[in-house]
Amino acid sequence: MPAASRPAKKTARPSSRELVFGDLWEFDPAPETADPKLKTKCDLFIHGQFVKPSAGKYFDSINPATETKLADIALATNTDVDLAYRSARKAYDSVWGRMPGAERGKYLFRIARLLQDHAREFAIAETLDGGKPIKESRDFDVPMAAAHFFYHAGWADKLEYVSPGRSVKPLGVVGQVIPWNFPLLMLAWKLAPALAMGNTVVIKPAETTSITALKFGEILQEAELPPGVVNIVSGAGETGAAVMGHPAAAKIAFTGSTEVGKIIMRSVAGTDKKVTMELGGKAANIVFDDAPLDQAVEGIVNGIFFNQGHVCCAGSRLLVQESITDAVLTKLKRRIEVLRVGDPMDKNTDLGAINSKEQLNKITELVESGVREGAELYQSPCRLPSKGFFFKPSVFSNVSMSHRVAREEIFGPVLSVLTFRTVDEAIEKANNTAYGLSAGVWTDKGSRILKMSTELKAGVVWANTYNKFDPTSPFGGYKESGFGREGGRQGLIDYCREE
Amino acid sequence: MSAAPQALRRLLSEIGTVDQVGIEERVAKYTTRSIKKKSKLFGLNLAVSMVDLTTLEGKDTPGKVASLCQKALLPHDQGDVPTVAAVCVYPAMVKHAAKYVKGTPVRIASVATAFPSGQAPLKTRLAEVRAAVADGADEIDMVINRGAFLSGQFSLMQDEIAQVVEACGNATLKVILETSELETYDNIRAASFLAMRVIRPGDFIKTSTGKTSSNATLGNNQVMLDAIRDFFLETGTAIAMKPAGGIRTAKQALHFLIAVKETLGDEWLNNQRYRFGASSLLNDLLRQLEKERTGAYQAPYYFSEAAEAY
Repeated sequence: MPAASRPAKKTARPSSRELVFGDLWEFDPAPETADPKLKTKCDLFIHGQFVKPSAGKYFDSINPATETKLADIALATNTDVDLAYRSARKAYDSVWGRMPGAERGKYLFRIARLLQDHAREFAIAETLDGGKPIKESRDFDVPMAAAHFFYHAGWADKLEYVSPGRSVKPLGVVGQVIPWNFPLLMLAWKLAPALAMGNTVVIKPAETTSITALKFGEILQEAELPPGVVNIVSGAGETGAAVMGHPAAAKIAFTGSTEVGKIIMRSVAGTDKKVTMELGGKAANIVFDDAPLDQAVEGIVNGIFFNQGHVCCAGSRLLVQESITDAVLTKLKRRIEVLRVGDPMDKNTDLGAINSKEQLNKITELVESGVREGAELYQSPCRLPSKGFFFKPSVFSNVSMSHRVAREEIFGPVLSVLTFRTVDEAIEKANNTAYGLSAGVWTDKGSRILKMSTELKAGVVWANTYNKFDPTSPFGGYKESGFGREGGRQGLIDYCREE
Repeated sequence: MSAAPQALRRLLSEIGTVDQVGIEERVAKYTTRSIKKKSKLFGLNLAVSMVDLTTLEGKDTPGKVASLCQKALLPHDQGDVPTVAAVCVYPAMVKHAAKYVKGTPVRIASVATAFPSGQAPLKTRLAEVRAAVADGADEIDMVINRGAFLSGQFSLMQDEIAQVVEACGNATLKVILETSELETYDNIRAASFLAMRVIRPGDFIKTSTGKTSSNATLGNNQVMLDAIRDFFLETGTAIAMKPAGGIRTAKQALHFLIAVKETLGDEWLNNQRYRFGASSLLNDLLRQLEKERTGAYQAPYYFSEAAEAY
């Protein structure tokens, strides 16, 4: 008989009743190799053209998995942002704002289809630039981005139904700043409703992940979107401040950290700008003792390790009913053992690279504080690549509400486990946070799900699942997680004036 | 019968339930794994070595069983392909198979207990098992009493399995749950536990007979793997697993093996702990192996394609 049919080597057999997740059947690397057609120099996208930044300055965009440089990204200054706003205003007044909705819808359908046509390129570019596993950018980010354009394209000629009994009008020029965790998808979440409603846009992608946003400019050119309807300006905090603070912006929309959100809120105080904020989170994922445990564990893993935990609605606080804590933790650790961490371009990778050195440092610092404060740390036994920014999937048990790892948003693959005894205690602990973006409930009992969903102060409550998104479903927060909604009819209302 | 839901509820509150949406999402992830090069070769060879090459037709003849045995012993004359794990035939065919495979690494498995329905008196079913073993069967594939399970008569179902275990003697037992007739994942999990509690270490639980409309799926395979894992961790008894029916392509087989790798680990990646009940799967595995060896797909007629043509 071949080696394949013999049991695993005796040496791998443990003395206790444990399962062996060894190297009997290693997977060979399965890298995605198609050409993402990246430019080495990415210019600003203003008035339908790629233009050099006025100050002539560029900054590096690196691949976080290899720490190698991918491209020079144009740094937009106030002058460039001003140019972008003037172009957007002109496009709004002369074309986009007065175009019939059905016509705008055609452009959006075209953009959606082109995005699908170029899906593979975009998925690869997203993974190279951001570090997320190729299977996520391929199966989630890019298809979902296209879905948002399709959905809102459908709305464009039906806007009279957005707010029954009232008519809706576009606002004008909208300034938008998006984060680095889902670069293309967040761009789609922001652009699609704004454009469907008849607004024009100045948008700034995150400093570390500008490549797919600027590449998206090529899609807009191919779709022959009128110049100025969408302007993409790249840069860091100063550029963002210029976009948010520009007097021509009728509305600003921001997705990012609560800290920056607060700064923006201060800066727009006293203006009549309409504002939506989608900020941080520290979601409770609550598991009751009657939940199907294996599926709950799968949901816990999906909740915290999806996109390396770089998800504002990540289920970063696991609340487990006391009687099943050990069972859940054991199952969870066993599941984490088979997660594959490494090269994001490998189709078998489950967890890719941390987005930046800066973020890796932040995660490391918070994990150290957890250990110092007395929480118990478990980390996956996986091997990490020697180069690039990686962090092992981590679980803190014995966490109490006062620990920093239970209160602060880590935005990494780090789960904090707390316990509870009663439904009321679960609700109290879940709501005891400055945030309120999302929550998860795992139970076989339907009535309990309904009770929890009304009592949890969170914008989204998932029942027996986690991290599910759909263009039709509004997404947004309570408290310091922000306000305003994205997606669905509610998301459109945030981009219009009701009359 | 009112006993059924109560008995099931009591059992499920002990062993836990299964969420259909969740488990199907889990198994969908296996299908996105990309198995290349050496790992593909390993997986394909492993799958060949796990095949229970099966013919279960009313029209089976000694001659057909003979060619099935030849195929089992020498799946392909090119390359270094292992033998399959076993041939699987009806009891009447066991003695014909024995002529060819006794004394070889290929084992003889026989379905018994009034396969596939199990609707015969217990005495008859046990006699069938004893006859098959006497004729040389190394393994017995039995069907559970689904009627007993569905009406909540769990101890009747378990007693019958226990008696088959006894009738098996030294033969390995595979307990077919017939998942399509159990209908829900909760039921499959419950039936798995009931069976595992009365069989011996190294015996199998098996998905289906292959005689109903729906057979092995990644979903019911996963429910049973999870049950085997939980039972092993709780008792230390390692039960083996056999999905059967509906696995026709090499790609499918690799997905099932990935499920084993990620759920039960290395110790189950061998033909003593995992089998495929299949007939046409073998030729697709061989086709893929030849593709890996030569870089080109070969015509079907190089592989004695149809099961009828063995």
